[in-house]
Amino acid sequence: MNLLISSTMQRRSAMALAFFVAVMLVLPLFAGNYVVSMLVVVLFSAYVGQAWNLMMGYAGQLSLGHALYVGLGAYISGALFVHYGLPPWIGMLAGMAAAGLAGVVIAALSFRFGVTGVYFALLTIAFAEFTRIAFNHFAWVGGSSGLYLPVVTLTRDDIVHLRGSPTMFYYVLLALTLAALALSHLLLGRRVGFYWRAIREDQEAAQAAGIDVFRYKVAAVALSATMTAIAGALMAFYDNNLYPDTAFGISRSIDIITAPIIGGLGTLFGPILGAFVLTMLSETMTSLSANLGVNGLKQWIYGATLLVIVMLQPAGLWPWLKTLLRLDEGKL
Amino acid sequence: MSVRPLLEVEGLCKRFGGLQAVDAVSFGVPHGAIVGLIGPNGAGKTTIFNLIAGALRCDAGAIRLDGVDIAGLRPDLACGAGIGRTFQVVRPFNALTVLDNVMVGAFKRTRSTVAARRAAWEILERLGLADKAGATASNLTLPERKRLEAARALATGPKLLLLDEVMAGLRPAEIDLTVGIFAELSREMGLAILLTEHVMRAVMALSQHIVVVHHGQKICEGTPEKVARDPQVIACYLGTAPTKA
Repeated sequence: MNLLISSTMQRRSAMALAFFVAVMLVLPLFAGNYVVSMLVVVLFSAYVGQAWNLMMGYAGQLSLGHALYVGLGAYISGALFVHYGLPPWIGMLAGMAAAGLAGVVIAALSFRFGVTGVYFALLTIAFAEFTRIAFNHFAWVGGSSGLYLPVVTLTRDDIVHLRGSPTMFYYVLLALTLAALALSHLLLGRRVGFYWRAIREDQEAAQAAGIDVFRYKVAAVALSATMTAIAGALMAFYDNNLYPDTAFGISRSIDIITAPIIGGLGTLFGPILGAFVLTMLSETMTSLSANLGVNGLKQWIYGATLLVIVMLQPAGLWPWLKTLLRLDEGKL
Repeated sequence: MSVRPLLEVEGLCKRFGGLQAVDAVSFGVPHGAIVGLIGPNGAGKTTIFNLIAGALRCDAGAIRLDGVDIAGLRPDLACGAGIGRTFQVVRPFNALTVLDNVMVGAFKRTRSTVAARRAAWEILERLGLADKAGATASNLTLPERKRLEAARALATGPKLLLLDEVMAGLRPAEIDLTVGIFAELSREMGLAILLTEHVMRAVMALSQHIVVVHHGQKICEGTPEKVARDPQVIACYLGTAPTKA
């Protein structure tokens, strides 16, 4: 009987997912430029939120310095393009490797010396901050005055060189978001996913159950960092300008973690839902403040809304919405 | 004939600051046997467990499992060597389902999710937890959580299972049921068990051999009958009898 219920729920989940993908695929055909560029921000946030969620939501390792990996991905692919004309996708690989390596170094150093929990989180801020300061004095990437990518106006989208309209970036980010969703789902059903969740719940008990805790924690950080760097590279070619204070800044790190927390930590769809809710809320509030001519109204309402969501649904919006839509527990 | 026991503990010592928690303790657990490790609170039972399972490092002494030195191994490597343990204060993976908890253990023996799920189901059925498989661990009663701990440890496929007070807080009928489950497990799978327990009814019914520790030292060992009659054991549990009585 239980099995029957769960199979209908699985079917409902699969249908809900198919519906979501279909809507997202056709959306740019009907939406204007403004909506598409807002959706680019949504998908960026959704994708990075998923990468962060793998590390925090599943493996239980709190990073408050994820801007580090965004910045590394962005700066490395951007600088290689500016200086050597290296195609963005190749530069992206270099950025991913650097971010992954940075993740391994930070994680291995911390965990080897027993730095965990809040102290590990502080360390992630420290690494992001001193990288930000270092890049402010790093002349090769323009220092504090920033790195600018040459802008060329093209008549059509060039996906090989990542030059084109917001719609092109929208589809690239949509593909990434769906790939991250698939990857998360795949990993969770495998041994590594079970081990991560066990480590999140109780490290000592996990070790007694035979898990090499150090290795699996480092792996979680490395994967999350590598995934995050991809978004950084896309950001570089979308924005065409990079500044250390925004690329590596603490406010970016905070932005990265808000969507998955609001959407639902340790859930597959939470980061995506959180990204939609927060970005739309932020945009609505911006235009509302502008229309009413009240400065700072946006921050007030945005903050108050976050407070209300966290108070009413501390586990995030997705677990609540999932029950409401009667969707399967495990699938999403 | 002297068959080498599965677990050999020799001259085990552990000091915490000024406290000699374990003082030159030696004993063995033969293959397939159930051995009870008893003693008053603070005698050093859990410390001995932690030393065997690698959660603590011993100051001196040897711990051999199947002839292999496992003293000082990390807990996950001790588990890999064949030590399965439960914690006295239960530590289930609270947000995970009962089935997932046990699957975590089962992944020690297989990479395949399907095989791990099948192995976990078998163990849940044996321990009478199958009807709770889909429940979240935090929703279980304490006796159920204790059994879940044992199930997770069993799933790793240990040669020796360390049970740290799994009967505590159980009603007499539940104790008899749990005793029956572990006796059967040991008999059918040839599993060796080392258990600490304050519930004497369970220790006496399960153990073929009992080791008594007091103030970190072994004061007596032997069959349950012998240990129960030992004047030193009686003294440490009940105090010295008045001379007239």
